[in-house]
Amino acid sequence: MITPERDVQQAATESGAAVKKAAVAPLDVHDMTVAYHRRPVLWDVDLTLPDGCLTAVVGPNGAGKSTLIKAILSLVPKASGRVLIYGKPYEQQRHLVGYIPQRESVDWDFPVSALDVVLMGRYGRLGWFRRPGKHDRQAALEALENVGMVDFAHRQIAQLSGGQQQRVFLARALVQDAQIYFMDEPFAGVDAATESAIVELLRTLRARGRTVVVVHHDLQTVDRYFDHMILLNMRVVADGPTGDVFTPENLRNTYGGRLTLLDEAAEAMRHGRVDA
Amino acid sequence: MDYNTGVVLIGTCLLGIAAGVIGSFAVLRRRALMGDALAHAALPGICVAFLIIGERHFAGFLLGALVSGSLGVGIVTLLRHSTRIKEDAAIGIVLSVFFGGGIVLSSTIQHMPGGNRSGLDTYIFGKTAAMVRQDVMIIGGVCVFILAVSMLLYKEFKALSFDREYASAQGLPVLALDFAMMTLLVLVTVAGLPAVGVVLMAAMLIIPGAAARFWTDRLHWMLMIAAFIGALTGLFGTMMSARYAGLPAGPIIVLVGASMFVASMLFAPRRGIVARVLSRRRLEVRTMRQNLLRTMYELAEPDPAAKPPVTPVELTSRRAWSVVQARRALERAQAAGMVESVDGMRYRFTEAGLEEAVCVVRTHRLWEVFLIEEAHVAADHVDRDADSIEHVLGAEEVRHLERRLVEMGRWPKEAPLPPPSPHGWANGGDAT
Ligand SMILES: Nc1ncnc2c1ncn2[C@@H]1O[C@H](COP(=O)(O)OP(=O)(O)OP(=O)(O)O)[C@@H](O)[C@H]1O
Ligand SMILES: [Mg+2]
Repeated sequence: MITPERDVQQAATESGAAVKKAAVAPLDVHDMTVAYHRRPVLWDVDLTLPDGCLTAVVGPNGAGKSTLIKAILSLVPKASGRVLIYGKPYEQQRHLVGYIPQRESVDWDFPVSALDVVLMGRYGRLGWFRRPGKHDRQAALEALENVGMVDFAHRQIAQLSGGQQQRVFLARALVQDAQIYFMDEPFAGVDAATESAIVELLRTLRARGRTVVVVHHDLQTVDRYFDHMILLNMRVVADGPTGDVFTPENLRNTYGGRLTLLDEAAEAMRHGRVDA
Repeated sequence: MDYNTGVVLIGTCLLGIAAGVIGSFAVLRRRALMGDALAHAALPGICVAFLIIGERHFAGFLLGALVSGSLGVGIVTLLRHSTRIKEDAAIGIVLSVFFGGGIVLSSTIQHMPGGNRSGLDTYIFGKTAAMVRQDVMIIGGVCVFILAVSMLLYKEFKALSFDREYASAQGLPVLALDFAMMTLLVLVTVAGLPAVGVVLMAAMLIIPGAAARFWTDRLHWMLMIAAFIGALTGLFGTMMSARYAGLPAGPIIVLVGASMFVASMLFAPRRGIVARVLSRRRLEVRTMRQNLLRTMYELAEPDPAAKPPVTPVELTSRRAWSVVQARRALERAQAAGMVESVDGMRYRFTEAGLEEAVCVVRTHRLWEVFLIEEAHVAADHVDRDADSIEHVLGAEEVRHLERRLVEMGRWPKEAPLPPPSPHGWANGGDAT
């Protein structure tokens, strides 16, 4: 149902030559350590992402996946390290970065409609005091259209299902027209149809040269959906093209001795082979 | 009503508006009790201001309230961030300690020579009658300032309140905005103290927003309705406390606000209790009627147009109804002109009833086929509550489904029956 084509095409012409300096990595994290209350949860993270890839961040609960994204976006303070987005500090490149937080992070009873939420994706570029105008509404409606939610534009967000809420968050990020997107578990609690719709959308974004980083929990699908992968558990266990990184060895190092997960991983590997 | 009362009315009205707007944000951000801590924490500041100035000086009192109120809020924030104490406990501690200190100070002052002229007692429960024109001017000015700022920063406050992290990722200075919002809350609380008093000022902040939430699902409406309720609360409260001299203004204003809250909770459209009960009731009645018509239609197949009569007992063979329930459903449908009684025991469709039955059965079966055949379409995206399937799926899709129904032998080929009327069941549904 999701048809991102039009939006992304339009976005591509809009931001045309915006940032593409072929040599600069969309994301470059150097030596980053993050701590909550002096207890480090991420150690010495070094990452460089190639341009225009779909990257999965994989790791057990509490591995620090959300923290990684929040630290990159300066939402939690870094104890050390530096983050470059297309070669410059994040603070200067905010407009190039889109973010989809975990769905539970907001109060869905808040008195706003789906359209209101999507419009918030424009606030960053609007500047102080200005209200979103006709053009912004148009863009927001188009983003909703692209995620198949335009009929629900005027619903209060509590009256949407979990999958629909996730689509609204997606639309809010799309309407921002960013170059690099960070998505925290966009597949959590959505059905197969919504999942494949989101994957379709991710692929279109990639086809348009966008870089997307996704926290993903499903080892069964990770090698099919993503071409790049970061295995994380307090530190980066491995990162690189999915084909190189997605090995039982690496998974064991990431998930430790959790047997059920290892079984799941082994299952996933078999599954992958059959598919290929 | 004398001139002074008129001025005071304007002041409390403005106060109600400002408190309603800022209080709504506080309610949405679950910060409502912060206003309570703040108001209580203001009392010692007022007392200290009196000790320094030595006489009743309104602006000085407000300044004192501002300082100690902010100090209280600062301590709450500090306790929450740097210890394991949760916000509610921190608020409880600060609120009672500051208030206790304030009471001790003020009773000491009352016993000092000249202390009874301080008017400090009026700050505990509020006294609009004690206010003079200059006081009201200051209160009004503060409220106008608060309203102007919250109108200017509407978009920013909205983003901050809904999703702070996302707002921050968008480049909004969330810390500064947090601070601005807290400052406005402090200002409106302090401005409200002479009228409402430290004990009950929190109600002035919470009640309008909480009541407004019943009336709407949109933030800007919520703010406007809260402002309106706040204004009415201020007006009526002041008028009543002016009429009955001995009564303190704060409790009266709060009681007026509370009755508006109760009225909103009961009678607001859609979210109010009465509306909810009614709409559930309507839905039950509608579902029962639809089930009845569909069952009668199915019993009458393959030739429903002949309108063969049915008995309540026959209906119970198809539905989980008792005979009594089946008879009640029939009687209701008869009253609505959908069925007619043949001989007191058996019922058959009227012309209108048959028409509705066709509509109901067709929609029901179309959905069935749709869900079976097109389950790969995100069911999520389909609004099954909608009254008319055409509205959701589009005419083309419905025609396709209809063809499938005919192929499956579940719908007459040469559709002998009239097309469904779009108005048929369009009541009780939500028209968002
Ligand atoms: N605000 C916070 N204060 C203190 N500790 C935190 C905070 N947020 C997260 N942590 C801790 O940091 C660690 C990493 O958390 P994070 O949310 O990044 O994990 P995650 O990989 O996203 O997990 P999940 O898969 O459950 O979402 C956890 O041990 C968690 O307990
Ligand atoms: Mg997480």
